[in-house]
Amino acid sequence: MSKYYLGVDLGSTTSKAVIINEQDEIIGRGITNTRANYSVAADIARDEALYNARFSVLKKNLAAEIKARPEYKKYIDDLESVFQYEQFKVRLDNLGEELVKTCNAFFKDGKKRDEILGHLRNIRRSFKPKIKYDYIYNNLGSKNQFFRDVVSEKYNEEVNKLDSSLFEPLMTVWDKSITPAENKVVTFDFKKLIEEAMELLKEKYENLPERAENISIESERAFDTEMYLLKGDFKNVSETLHERIDEIANLEFNIENMTGTGYGRALLPFPESCIRSEILCHAFGAHAVFPNTRTVLDIGGQDTKAIQVDKYGLVTSFQMNDRCAAGCGRYLGYIADEMSISLNELGPMAMKAEKEVTICSTCTVFAGAELRELTNVGEKREDILGGLHKAIIMRAMSLIARSGGVFNEFTFTGGVARNQAVIKYLTQLVRENYGEGIKINIHTDSIFMGALGGAMFARRNINVDLPDAKKKKQQVVTETSN
Amino acid sequence: MADVKEAVKEKSMVIQKEMLANLFTELSTAKENGKKVVYTFVPGNITELILAMDMLPVYPEINALQSGMRKKSGSYIKDAEKVGFSEDVCTYVKCDIGMMLNGNIGPTGEKLPEPDLLLLSYTGCFTFMKWFENLERLYPGVEIAMLHTPYQEDGKITEDQVNYMVKQLKEDVIPKMEKVAGKKLDYDRLSKMLENSSKAEDLWVQVLQSAKNVPSPIDAYFAGVYYMGPLNTAFRGTEIALEYYQELHNEVFERMKLGLHPVTPEGEMKEERFRLVVEGPPNWTNFREFWKIFYDMGAVIVASTYTKVGGLYDQGFRHDPEKPLESLAKYCMGCYTNLNLPQRVDLLEHYIKEYKADGFLINSIKSCNSFSAGQLLMMREIEQRCGIPVGFIESDLVDPRYFSYANIKNRLESYFQMLGQRKVIMEQEGQTV
Repeated sequence: MSKYYLGVDLGSTTSKAVIINEQDEIIGRGITNTRANYSVAADIARDEALYNARFSVLKKNLAAEIKARPEYKKYIDDLESVFQYEQFKVRLDNLGEELVKTCNAFFKDGKKRDEILGHLRNIRRSFKPKIKYDYIYNNLGSKNQFFRDVVSEKYNEEVNKLDSSLFEPLMTVWDKSITPAENKVVTFDFKKLIEEAMELLKEKYENLPERAENISIESERAFDTEMYLLKGDFKNVSETLHERIDEIANLEFNIENMTGTGYGRALLPFPESCIRSEILCHAFGAHAVFPNTRTVLDIGGQDTKAIQVDKYGLVTSFQMNDRCAAGCGRYLGYIADEMSISLNELGPMAMKAEKEVTICSTCTVFAGAELRELTNVGEKREDILGGLHKAIIMRAMSLIARSGGVFNEFTFTGGVARNQAVIKYLTQLVRENYGEGIKINIHTDSIFMGALGGAMFARRNINVDLPDAKKKKQQVVTETSN
Repeated sequence: MADVKEAVKEKSMVIQKEMLANLFTELSTAKENGKKVVYTFVPGNITELILAMDMLPVYPEINALQSGMRKKSGSYIKDAEKVGFSEDVCTYVKCDIGMMLNGNIGPTGEKLPEPDLLLLSYTGCFTFMKWFENLERLYPGVEIAMLHTPYQEDGKITEDQVNYMVKQLKEDVIPKMEKVAGKKLDYDRLSKMLENSSKAEDLWVQVLQSAKNVPSPIDAYFAGVYYMGPLNTAFRGTEIALEYYQELHNEVFERMKLGLHPVTPEGEMKEERFRLVVEGPPNWTNFREFWKIFYDMGAVIVASTYTKVGGLYDQGFRHDPEKPLESLAKYCMGCYTNLNLPQRVDLLEHYIKEYKADGFLINSIKSCNSFSAGQLLMMREIEQRCGIPVGFIESDLVDPRYFSYANIKNRLESYFQMLGQRKVIMEQEGQTV
């Protein structure tokens, strides 16, 4: 039986899980927002990585067929997206129950309660099909796909359409319901869910208009040629793939070893010997993907790390921001909130900057005030954002300098590495300061680097063997022998 | 911290505690007994001169660190800030000023006497000068003596520098001390004290060097700061200090013979997983918690620079009864923070090699420019020269607001894991660490 290894990186903002095989290849990725209940976040990320791993195995098993028939790939991609919706639906139902429960407990006045319950029903009725549509037609794009974010956005949209006097009661109910709903442990039956997803997919393709011209503008994604290729042969494709899908649904995933890392690692329900510092994991992951890496910069939610590694991927020194999280992912999140735009829009907008307005990066909250001041004096949003992104990198450069500078090759990891404007200024400043010859590596999986490093440590089974862990082990042995 | 058990102590520590208790009692009754009191600092101190003239020394930075360990520094610092001292001023200074504003009650709860003389014998730290300027305002009319200490800019002590310092001692410092003491300096008595100093210094060096042994019988940083106490402060040159070091020496060599590990407040260490060299002073407000992180990880500090603030005896310096003033001059110029950066790096490299260290760690102190300036450069240089993992953490001397337990623990955990994995991988690769 194949052996698999799990790495979980419990960050301050997001929790990531990666599953690798015996060849160090990533076969499963899972990510969710970190929440009050760390253990739930870790479980969700892990389960997601396991589902994703099943799909990876499926694609691998079908590699030759997929190459010959693109509609196979389309079917599997669609299926994975619809599968995600199936999970989402369960969580949405849980949230619905929670909202009703809160409403009943919170409003003593029966009339008021019924009014709010009525609005809640309408809100759910109107956003549920939208979410379903987004998943089924792969319409989520680069948007954040975390349950909390997706539903919050839709809920807010609906609440804003109503009379302003309803804002407060509806948001109160929301605030009291989302956290328990989000922290509820849901165990999914993969096989059952995949069957349902296949049914839904069938429904989608059966109902798809025959010709592209008949499609409403709303569903412009339907112009997708692959989709029509699949529609033409849907019955055949789904029947052929059914057996193969059953195979992966029945597959037993043998997680041989695991490592937990990240900010909240001490709270992971892992044995102590499986807990490792995120600094080591990020460095190990980055070095494994780009073996010539000597300097790693990781910008995460709350901390920035500059790490120097040797030829084995072992850390020789590191520096972290100590007193303030300005310049990290949260800084960008705060700025996005201040500007009332989504986090994913920040980078593209900053890329349009014609100049970079100078912004002080020492404090996140002050940067918010500065932002308003600069807007008042007529600076363009794009230019302010350009300045903000540059300020983040200036701060990172100072940390890199403290850690000893940039050595070839330089690998950039962490959630912030997905932001194009950050990459632009980082490239510019690294080249200016350390020469044109520096090779800069950024991987599409940059946010998973810590979890990947963790999984790789797990595969190699490198036990740090700390005295504490040993003590506990001995204790367990003694207790058992007693 | 309800479950903290009582700290384990060595016999020598108990002796030292008594010595200190007696000193503070003597200080509290100094005025009644007609004793003159000299305020002075630890680095480059000329304690033998003070004691030879029957005066009593007070070391404000020792009081500050004692207040820090007794969790009193936070409110003293707040009081000093209330009267206008900025957030960026050295926290030893603010703690001391705060203590004075609160009635100058010393760490043992006894009142400290006002100074009859402010004796600044080390100018390598600019803050010391400013500190005494402030004390002068608090004690108007107090006598002041200043000994200008040339910095080792070129990495050595020259004859001119020694002559310059001896001249200051002879023409300015000693006459002022004599005036305050109301008596002439007895050079024979001074020489006798310097002979005691030298003997105690021999014993102290042997204690320090016991850490070359694997496993080390001592922690040369956390326990080292206790061991260095008598020699660094009010007891150098005394018989009792000599007795203390004889006892300490016996204890440590007995431990070494038995192959025992260092004694810590949590109990004796059971194994030595990592040997470290540490640069920078420790944090005092969370001293025991800080030490415990190392204890839990099996990390022993085998050499530290902080234990050399009172002199680099392990590099050969001894007080010389034959040349009293010259040796006091050399002593002042030879304390660790008076070395230039290349000398400090050379010394660290020497320690790492001689003491077979696995890693090098810096505890950078927000408050202390004398120590902290240049530390990143030193770290980089050490990394290149020695090829061992280096670590960097930040805290403060006595300002509890700057000790972030979670941050420090997180970094130290990462650092120890770094060291641990290096060992494993290097063994796999068939290389020595």
